[in-house]
Amino acid sequence: MTQLDIQTDVLVIGGGMAAAWAAIGAARHGAAVTLVDKGFVGTSGVTATAGPGHWWVPPDPKLREAAIDKRDQTSFGLADRAWMERVLEVTWRTLPELQGHYAFSVDGAGQTYYPGVRGPEYMRALRKFAQSSGVVILDHHPALELLLHPDGSAAGAAGYARLTRSDWRVRAGAVVMATGGSAFRSGLIGSHNNTGDGHLMAGEAGAHLSGMEFSTIYTLSPAWCSTRTLPYPAARFFDAEGAELDIPPPMADKAHHQALAKAMLAGPVFADLREAPEALKPILRRIQPATVAPFERKGVNLFEDRFQVKLFGEGTIRGTGGLRVIDEDCQTTVPGLYAAGDAATRELVVGASSGGGSPNSAWALTSGQAAGAGAARLAKTRGRRTLDTCAPAGRAGLRPARGAASVDERGAIAAVQAEMLAYDKAFWRRGETLQASLLRLNDAWRELADHRRAEGLERVGARETAGLLATARWATEAALARVESRGLHQRADAPGLSPQGGRRLLVGGLEEIWTRYEEAAPEALVEAAA
Amino acid sequence: MIAHIFEDLCNGCDACVSACPTHVFDLSPTGGAPVIARPDQCQTCFMCELYCPADAIYVGADQTRPEPFDPEAIRASGVLGQMRRDHLWDAPAGDLEPLKEYWRLGPFLGEGAQIAAARYKRQHPQGDPPSALP
Repeated sequence: MTQLDIQTDVLVIGGGMAAAWAAIGAARHGAAVTLVDKGFVGTSGVTATAGPGHWWVPPDPKLREAAIDKRDQTSFGLADRAWMERVLEVTWRTLPELQGHYAFSVDGAGQTYYPGVRGPEYMRALRKFAQSSGVVILDHHPALELLLHPDGSAAGAAGYARLTRSDWRVRAGAVVMATGGSAFRSGLIGSHNNTGDGHLMAGEAGAHLSGMEFSTIYTLSPAWCSTRTLPYPAARFFDAEGAELDIPPPMADKAHHQALAKAMLAGPVFADLREAPEALKPILRRIQPATVAPFERKGVNLFEDRFQVKLFGEGTIRGTGGLRVIDEDCQTTVPGLYAAGDAATRELVVGASSGGGSPNSAWALTSGQAAGAGAARLAKTRGRRTLDTCAPAGRAGLRPARGAASVDERGAIAAVQAEMLAYDKAFWRRGETLQASLLRLNDAWRELADHRRAEGLERVGARETAGLLATARWATEAALARVESRGLHQRADAPGLSPQGGRRLLVGGLEEIWTRYEEAAPEALVEAAA
Repeated sequence: MIAHIFEDLCNGCDACVSACPTHVFDLSPTGGAPVIARPDQCQTCFMCELYCPADAIYVGADQTRPEPFDPEAIRASGVLGQMRRDHLWDAPAGDLEPLKEYWRLGPFLGEGAQIAAARYKRQHPQGDPPSALP
């Protein structure tokens, strides 16, 4: 039974930093905004457990151009300089607006320090900022599916209020998808909810995705608990016999992670942090309290004892792929549906590389502001269209294509983890292993889509499983179609860049997945910067 | 992984039920401390501890499995509330103390990376690193 049935101008789906900035952006443009999140705005998502730095360059044309040049070099031809310029400008202008909600500290030179913020405090501040902007926040209201007008445009969403165990439905003039990336249930800190729910919902509405092949990136952590990474860059590494491993330094980027992965495939790997910066040791707790806890509570002396480490997959979180956006408002190929943050492709800023935290956070902020503003404008222009009919678009896990039957969801998630996170499959992709992965993932998808009819609270988990499978299949199809090695996407059977590969690769479809290269050169897509 | 709610410390505010992003807790059917209903969904993010004003929650270190523990030893260890104290979570708005050292994160990451790079160079005076391909 639908217990909450409301209308609004803009509906934001998601609860991390991109969702919050989108809601604030839409409210700033005069829209009535409702935000629904699966979890709690403040603790949801990978920002809340992290400490995002934002790409931060003063508005000096020379400095900006140099920063963009540098970033462009690692994009492998897939980024867009106009978007980079816009991201730098919007971030520079907008982040300080959080003053009053967030206590920006002072740096060593006595200047207010804006770009780096601590996750829990940042998300608490964004929650307050959104609420003070008039945004209605509905925590623990996971969206299960989009509602679509007969013309295919977004009409709202429906979901389940999991604390009160009741259905909800929101009709809206425009919808922003800001549900984060998909980490393929790797255990990465903060990513449990990041199961590609938004990708799935948008995909069911016909949205295109882009850059899904750039999904192989990992973070080092103690083997028993994923943490943030502040103490680890200076680590030395040892095997189980105590022999030091020859691991290129973190600056070597790809070679660093490949060497660690190779060693971990051979046996357990131990880190030794005794050479970490001396000044860091006594104050790590003041900077990243949650990084200290898993060591103290296990009785491991972080800077003295050797401890086992592993690589936690980040999937499309620090990988770059996501929903394709086709205009400056971050509208997807579904009219009235906008995308922000990790749910959207970040290729516009980082191309084929991860970019690390700082362009990613700046992108989340900027795409949030852009999507919120665009959604608000559309809702004002077209109205809420609540007299038009609409229909729910959700399929897998909700409305089985064939007869309802029991489905092994745990097995499906295990398949996603095995095919997407295994180091050998991710770091050294090959056509034949990608094909084998697809067979297994497609079988699991088929079973779920054909037979799973979840009810009540179980729908949330069933849709998470469907989202994991959908994003895993799109990433694998894209990896198979890009027969070259570019940035994060490394094919052992196709080393080096292909002359035809300097274009974005699109993917979409759920029953039958399609891939094709984008025709236009990336630069032609966004003409003007804000 | 979520380990324990100390019922005698819990004030029944249910902040953890709301704050947990992954729906680990249910409201108590009898009005007491919340119930740890879905520990398999716990991601060991410590957010429930941070949001618990009564310091009544303990999250174990291992995210992959529950570990044996002694509630009274935990209570005596002083670890309860550690997350809130380390964050200075309840400092008044505008207080710069909680995030005073935060700007040093970037420089420390850079310093760590430099240490590793310099060490690697010492260990490989001839230059080229060996291939990481299997």
